[in-house]
Order: sequence, then C-alpha cells, then structure tokens
Amino acid sequence: MEIIISNSSDKPIYEQISIQVKNLIMNGTLSAGEAIPSMRALAKDLHISVITVQRAYEDLTRDGFIETVSGKGSFVAAQNKEFIQEEQLRIAEELLQKAAEIGRAHGISYEQLTSILKLFYEE
Amino acid sequence: MEKNNILVRDLCKQFDSFLLDHVSFQVPKGRIVGFIGENGAGKSTTINLILNECKRDEGQIQIFGEDNTIMSVKEEIGVVFDECNFHDVFSPLDIEKILSGVYKSWDGSLYRQYLKKFKIPERKQIGSFSKGMKMKLSIICAMAHKPKLLILDEATTGLDPVVRDEMLDLFLDFIQDEECSIFFSSHITSDIQKIADYVILIHQGKIIFEEQKDDLVYHFGIMKCGKEKFASIPPEDYMIHRITNVSVECLVRDKEAIKHKYKDIVVDNATLEDIMLFYIKGGAA
Repeated sequence: MEIIISNSSDKPIYEQISIQVKNLIMNGTLSAGEAIPSMRALAKDLHISVITVQRAYEDLTRDGFIETVSGKGSFVAAQNKEFIQEEQLRIAEELLQKAAEIGRAHGISYEQLTSILKLFYEE
Repeated sequence: MEKNNILVRDLCKQFDSFLLDHVSFQVPKGRIVGFIGENGAGKSTTINLILNECKRDEGQIQIFGEDNTIMSVKEEIGVVFDECNFHDVFSPLDIEKILSGVYKSWDGSLYRQYLKKFKIPERKQIGSFSKGMKMKLSIICAMAHKPKLLILDEATTGLDPVVRDEMLDLFLDFIQDEECSIFFSSHITSDIQKIADYVILIHQGKIIFEEQKDDLVYHFGIMKCGKEKFASIPPEDYMIHRITNVSVECLVRDKEAIKHKYKDIVVDNATLEDIMLFYIKGGAA
C-alpha cells in the first residue's frame, strides 16, 4: 500500500491517509478482503504517532471502507464499489443542492455557479 | 484491566526553591507521551519521583497499576537519562555481564542484535565512544531486558539528526506491542511532534496542559493582526496574546473557527514549539 504524506499540506495527516486509502479502494488497487497494514506498523513506516493513524482508520471504518477484526488486523470491507460510489454521489448532490439554494437566494447566476464548479473540479 | 502504564495523581514535592505542585497525568498503554517544558520546569524531578529515586511529599504514583515503591515494577521499566552513566573503562560486553545480573529478563541475543544494528563495537572501551554512540548504547541497554515501559529523560537531546531518526525508529518499533508505552521528556519539540500521541506541558512545577498531539497541531493556531483590529476581538476568542512592536499575535484553540469568523486575518498553523513558547512566555513579547 502506497501512502504519501505531505507535511506542507493544509490537510491534517489523518485526513491525507484516509483520502488516499479511499482512493486506493475506489480505483481497485486494494480489493475487498485484502489486509491493510496494522495501525502501529503504518505509524512506524510513516514516522507518525499511532493516534493519528488510528483516527484515519476510525474514519475509514465509519464510512464503511475497512473493517477491523480485533487480534487480526484491518481489512478492506467487502462492500461493493457501486455502493460506495452511490454514497459519494449522494453526498455530492446534497452539497450541490445547498450551493444552488444559496445561489438562488442571493442572485448568483447558474452560469457563475457552474463555472465555479468547473474550476474546482479541474483543480 | 489497567489501561495506564503510569498514573500520577496530585504529586507534590517541595525543594528549597522549587515546588512540584499537584502534578497529575497518565501514560496509557500502547501510547507515546511527550513531556515538554523548559529547563528547570520539573521534568526530571517528576521522572525521578516516578522512578522512586526521590521521595514524594504527597500524591499517588502507579506503575502498571501498582504503587511505584514496589521494587518488582522496576524489572519492567527501561530508563535512559540524558547522559551515558556507564564507566569509561567498560566495554559493551562488560556492561552486559553487569546488567544481565541486574535484570531477570535480560536478553543477551537481543542486546547483541541491537549492538550490531547500531554498529556499536562490542569490545571497545566506552570512554572512546562518541556522544551519539554512548547515547545509543544507553538506549539499547534500557531496551535489552524487554521492558513494558520506557522512560526517557532528554535522551535524544544532543544527538545528530541521523541518530535521532534511528532512535525514533527504534521507539516506534518498541510501541508495536500494544502493552508497551514510552514516556519521553525533551525540549526538542520536533521529535515529540513527530511520534508522540499525547503531549504534556509542565511549567514552574505545574502541568499546563495534557492534550492529544493531533488536537494541538491541527486545531491550535496563531492569529496575527494589527493593534487596532486586536482591540475589536473579544477576549474569549483567543487564549494568550503577545504584543510585539509591529503586531499582535494570539494563540487560538480552533483556527478554523477563527478563519471563518474573521475573514481578513492571518491565521498560521502552530507548531508544538510555538504553543510551548506562548504558554511559557505568555504576554511577554
């Protein structure tokens, strides 16, 4: 499992870890049932504290990406990819809906909003 | 199940001109706890009290759930002080002869494995060692009886970055066993910022805070603004402020909230060192 941590990033390290593991699962590099490094081993490899990794793993578990079996370690959850994708789409929809509401209420044009979205997406 | 390897409650110790004042904290199993503070803040005193090297006036210290005055707890503690206290004429092999008689659980093959790994000559006199080699030897000696608790008093201070990094590796290796923990005092906050799970700041014999390191590093921030702007900020939005000739700097607990509330203000990330300086120097510029 490849994880690259940036110390100059604005994103906290636990978030960098959880995002990258999510990506690895979504793009199929990690498949369901595959073991991922233990929290302590990953902390050692990245030279960071155990609690930081623990927090990332807790987030991943909460979002259904991994499962931790005590005494055995952590594994990629056996959930199918479509479900995860759907879940993410639902979250994106919610946020976009909010943006549209703000736009309507305060006279921000549809064109303006889409160009902003385009800008962010291509970032 | 006891979940702490060290538990300190209301620990007091009075010296002529120094008072360790109701110090309380804990070192949970499987965690690395960094203990920071300036020279003379009480770090070494606290450690000596934990080790029962001097007698406490008041309070409670438990190691592995038992009172620290019980001799048997020492069997499972490894300690490293800031200096190598082995006599110059001994070689690492002589040290082994001595220590294997001290600790019941001394592991000779582990010891020699460590010596090899850190390239320490077995038969050379310690007097001819560099400071880094001496320190490495002290750390190895503290770990060769497979303790469950490692207490380090300024052990990485004075080491070069390469050796410090090797030591951090060794510490993270040690913590792979969830029963083990490390209590780690230093004024080099960068080492602690890297590997500690919790950070305790002591100042003038009092504990200033005991926090999760991630909370400190990711939530705390430094807000910078002009004096005029500063006057308009309610005091509950910052913890400590420092007025310099050109600006006002404030330590804030939740930098995202501040960024959200005041759009036109600079909020920087705070390192452990920044946070320590704010607490210790307080309002003084």
